[in-house]
Amino acid sequence: MKKVGKSSTKTTRLYHTLQKRKRLVLLTLAAILILSSILATGIGSVYIPPLDVLAVFGHALFPDLISSPDNGMADLIVLSFRLPRILLTILAGVALATAGAVMQGLLRNPLVSPFTLGLSSAASFGAALMIVLGPAIFGTLFAGTILLAGVTFSVKSVLLIFSAFICGWLSVILVYFISRTKNTSQAIMILAGVVIGYLFQAGLLALKYISNDDALREIVTWLMGGMWGATWPTIVILLPIVLVCFILIECRAWDLNTLSGGDDVAKNLGINVQRFRISGLLIVSFAASACLAFTGIIGFVGLMAPHICRMLIGNDYRYLLPASALLGALILLISDTVARVIFAPIEIPVGIIMYILGGLFFLFLITRGHGRYLA
Amino acid sequence: MNISIEHVSQKYGSHVVLHDIDFKAESGEVLALLGPNGSGKSTLIKTIADILTPAAGMIKIDGTDLRGIDPIDRAKMIGYVPQYFHYTPFTTVLDTVLLGRRPYMNWSVSDDDLNVVDNALSIMNITDLSDRFVNELSGGQRQRVFIARALAQAPSFFLFDEPTSSLDLRHQLETVSTMRDIVHKDDSGMIIALHDLNLALRYTDKVLLLKDGEMYAYGAPDDVLTVDSVRDVYGVNSAIVENEQGRFLLSYAPS
Repeated sequence: MKKVGKSSTKTTRLYHTLQKRKRLVLLTLAAILILSSILATGIGSVYIPPLDVLAVFGHALFPDLISSPDNGMADLIVLSFRLPRILLTILAGVALATAGAVMQGLLRNPLVSPFTLGLSSAASFGAALMIVLGPAIFGTLFAGTILLAGVTFSVKSVLLIFSAFICGWLSVILVYFISRTKNTSQAIMILAGVVIGYLFQAGLLALKYISNDDALREIVTWLMGGMWGATWPTIVILLPIVLVCFILIECRAWDLNTLSGGDDVAKNLGINVQRFRISGLLIVSFAASACLAFTGIIGFVGLMAPHICRMLIGNDYRYLLPASALLGALILLISDTVARVIFAPIEIPVGIIMYILGGLFFLFLITRGHGRYLA
Repeated sequence: MNISIEHVSQKYGSHVVLHDIDFKAESGEVLALLGPNGSGKSTLIKTIADILTPAAGMIKIDGTDLRGIDPIDRAKMIGYVPQYFHYTPFTTVLDTVLLGRRPYMNWSVSDDDLNVVDNALSIMNITDLSDRFVNELSGGQRQRVFIARALAQAPSFFLFDEPTSSLDLRHQLETVSTMRDIVHKDDSGMIIALHDLNLALRYTDKVLLLKDGEMYAYGAPDDVLTVDSVRDVYGVNSAIVENEQGRFLLSYAPS
């Protein structure tokens, strides 16, 4: 069939109306995220009003035009301590939520996420492996620095990311191949994720058992999930990784859409399904693992954000991916801010809050959502 | 345009599903694939769609090996509608039908794409369902959505794997009749796997009858679908009934 028939504007009008709605949701989420970031930067043991926070940002960007706030400590607190943490939280939220949305699309399973596929456990195992064995394997080099593209990084950070990524990716690929042999049923895939997660947890326990006091403390803190590791070098490493991975996968949004029709339909529409699945998992696992290497286990963001966004704007991945990224960042930012202030001056790991929030949401999906959300 | 299926065999593991299938489908005609369950209809459709690789033999489009054609170009030539559908919650009918335009789009959706989609929706009589979620529709409505998706793909050849299995009687007749009209009018081609022999008799130009993965008969519907062939292939006794509307097969008992 060369041409189906004469044109009409009804579908065009509907399409553009729906697009406008989706863009409005994206803009709203972005605005809330920016506002929350400014407020969260000001909240803490020393309260800094939002206008002072903005003045600090403005002064840092345009020192000649905008003067720094009267509070002399505000510059130091905002730029050296709070901003890196806020940015790490946003980057982790973006990476984990995007990974969740992409995994759900690639594997056509609404219950998969970096956490449920065992990636979080595996990446943490990889990081712990480097904490415990790194000094023995790499000697003095482990504590040294490396110059990459004019920026100095600690060798330890680079090795942590690499190790977390290899283990994280290994877990996802293992789950994928195990479930493939069983026709990729939703239950088998989740069970495979749980089993792979257990295996890496066993490795983690073994590492904890053989580690010395310092390494053990570092691992335990890590496992609870927190943003304490936020420094500017961390942001310099993670920002390009998360950004590039996001752009790469956003460029394949239409291919993710076609997978919703099933493998056969996607193949018929010109997609190399097998290659896309592997490369897509590789890309999002890289970004998620790199973030997890610095934050420890953060569960459920990758499950919650894409599902809420689907309810808001539907399943078009061109919009679902940025919406999930923004909402993932927002959820993690609010959770981390609550974790910082709820028992001030004591901080609790954000991972604990995410477990509670995520667990309740997961329950909602599998009980109330039956048929509607998980069809 | 034509699709030649040249001595194609197919197997799952060591189990041979298709053996030495050899025929040609031409544009401007509707070819029905018939045969009982397990005779290899779906496997043959998937093999022609390049979803499965033939174990032996070759499939050619206008003399060019199908496997040598760029996947995007192939997607513009062949539109496939599977027997079983996948859909994701919160995907609208419009977004689902729009998937058919994937081979023609990079990122943005043009008004031309939307016009083609609008016509596909209109042909399948589902324009009013455009903003509904696919998972909220009935089985029959969903089936029409996926046929509209293939129409939006605007291919030269349609491959339909039992597209009417979830439709009620009226929509079965309407759908096959509409598709036949499109094929005849636009000089496209269609290979359609069917269970209903009377749909094949009434609306198709050629019939390929499969039995146990082999070609039993190939030709005009009236020549292929006889009392004897139906008894041999399906194991049922039937009678030919003719009236002013045409020729019909009435199957009444297992043989």
